[in-house]
Amino acid sequence: MPVQVETHARLDDAVRACAQSANARFFGGGTLLMRAVNEGDQSFDRIIRCSDPVLREIRMDGNAISIGAGVTMLEVMENRDTAFLAPVARIVGGPAVRSAATIGGNLYADLPYGEMTTALLALGATIRFAGDAQGVSIDDFLRDRASRRNRVVQSISIPRVGDAANFRFVKVTRVKPKGAALMSIAAYLNRSSGSGGIRVAYGNMGPMPVRALAVERALEGASLDERGIARALEVATEGLEPPTDAFASSWYRREVAPVHLKRLLLGSGRA
Amino acid sequence: MAKKPVQFHLNGEEKAAFVDDGQNLLELLRRGVGDLTPKYGCGQGTCGACTVMIDGKPHLSCITLAETVGGRKVETVGGLGHAGGLHPLQEAFMRNFAAQCGYCTPGMLMAAKALLDRNPRPTREEVVEAISGNICRCTGYEAIINSVLEAAGGQGAMAGRG
Ligand SMILES: Cc1cc2nc3c(=O)[nH]c(=O)nc-3n(C[C@H](O)[C@H](O)[C@H](O)COP(=O)(O)OP(=O)(O)OC[C@H]3O[C@@H](n4cnc5c(N)ncnc54)[C@H](O)[C@@H]3O)c2cc1C
Ligand code: FES
Ligand code: FES
Repeated sequence: MPVQVETHARLDDAVRACAQSANARFFGGGTLLMRAVNEGDQSFDRIIRCSDPVLREIRMDGNAISIGAGVTMLEVMENRDTAFLAPVARIVGGPAVRSAATIGGNLYADLPYGEMTTALLALGATIRFAGDAQGVSIDDFLRDRASRRNRVVQSISIPRVGDAANFRFVKVTRVKPKGAALMSIAAYLNRSSGSGGIRVAYGNMGPMPVRALAVERALEGASLDERGIARALEVATEGLEPPTDAFASSWYRREVAPVHLKRLLLGSGRA
Repeated sequence: MAKKPVQFHLNGEEKAAFVDDGQNLLELLRRGVGDLTPKYGCGQGTCGACTVMIDGKPHLSCITLAETVGGRKVETVGGLGHAGGLHPLQEAFMRNFAAQCGYCTPGMLMAAKALLDRNPRPTREEVVEAISGNICRCTGYEAIINSVLEAAGGQGAMAGRG
């Protein structure tokens, strides 16, 4: 079945086109969609592109930063306002992937991908669909992701991270300098904001990025030293069901998660 | 299936061709306008053999939708040498035996050119990062890394030689 490609200049036209067909896919940078086209994937027969510049905007919005879904990893790295996310964007594929791969497309990336989404989950991002002023929390978005295939994400809103040290991220790979993630961990340690200011998320420790809720609870009010984080390490994989795949077994992931979490929390940078 | 016209600049020359819906840029370059320098390796974005530059940035042509290059500047190895001479990167690759079977070479050269255009004096780490999406089955990468450093005139060129 040949695929049909439509390009719209206005976002609302693109949204309408997506809504009309269950077999349509919105086009971000195409790094995953074009792979699927090359493979002859039959699960979609329409690609909807949109050249509306609104999708490429990065703007400050009070205490938040709004990032257009069409912003590429390279643009995230190069923009001053999103500089704290550069360590995440930089590990998505090689340079030629990052010139095309968008932040919106990353939200839908299946395993073993989705490191930016792991980071956005830790940051408590709000996902805004086109035509919907409210937005949904990234937790809700991920829960219902499969059923939202024919909606278009317009932008992603994250808090302005004042102190870059409050945001930590690591991608664990077997191959250096690049490779698919065995796991990734992102932590937003906004301890000055009181209860709920700590969010920790794992990538590749479940079918999609997941919060480490037991770790978050254990870190509430704890100091970031060996003693303070001991309880968090004990419960590092509580409630999680890590997958077994070509990169690692579920057992291995459980074993190494506390090691990488420890390095991340102590800021020893060896993960 | 509908054909769409696409006009773009390839190595400084204007090109016009018709593309099918869903066609990728590698097919457009090789079959549509006859530039055989970018190579097909995997069609999955994983090997880097098809790397080209679009508006100065490296892109994987096999996973680039062909029609998206309308009005843009595409560069391939076909345009690298000029006035009969080789590009300094090509010269350095030759001097250092950085190509064995040569299949990865067009992609490596374009990944390296994208780096040097932006950062003429890269460190060894920056070179490694720049070619991290390109797989070479033959050389073990050292000769390639050294060639890029040498072409850049960097002092690090000899550092990794055993
Ligand atoms: C060689 C290679 C290496 C890679 N390495 C990594 C890696 O290390 N880490 C990683 O996370 N990913 C990696 N990826 C996967 C991919 O490049 C990224 O996840 C990227 O961010 C996907 O974005 P895209 O714009 O290319 O998505 P697309 O291919 O355009 O789309 C992917 C999916 O998202 C949907 N979509 C896109 N934008 C929107 C939107 N605005 N609204 C609604 N739906 C949308 C599409 O319909 C499609 O279902 C790699 C890919 C390749 C080819
Ligand atoms: S052919 Fe394009 S990356 Fe392998
Ligand atoms: S020279 Fe043979 S793959 Fe690189």
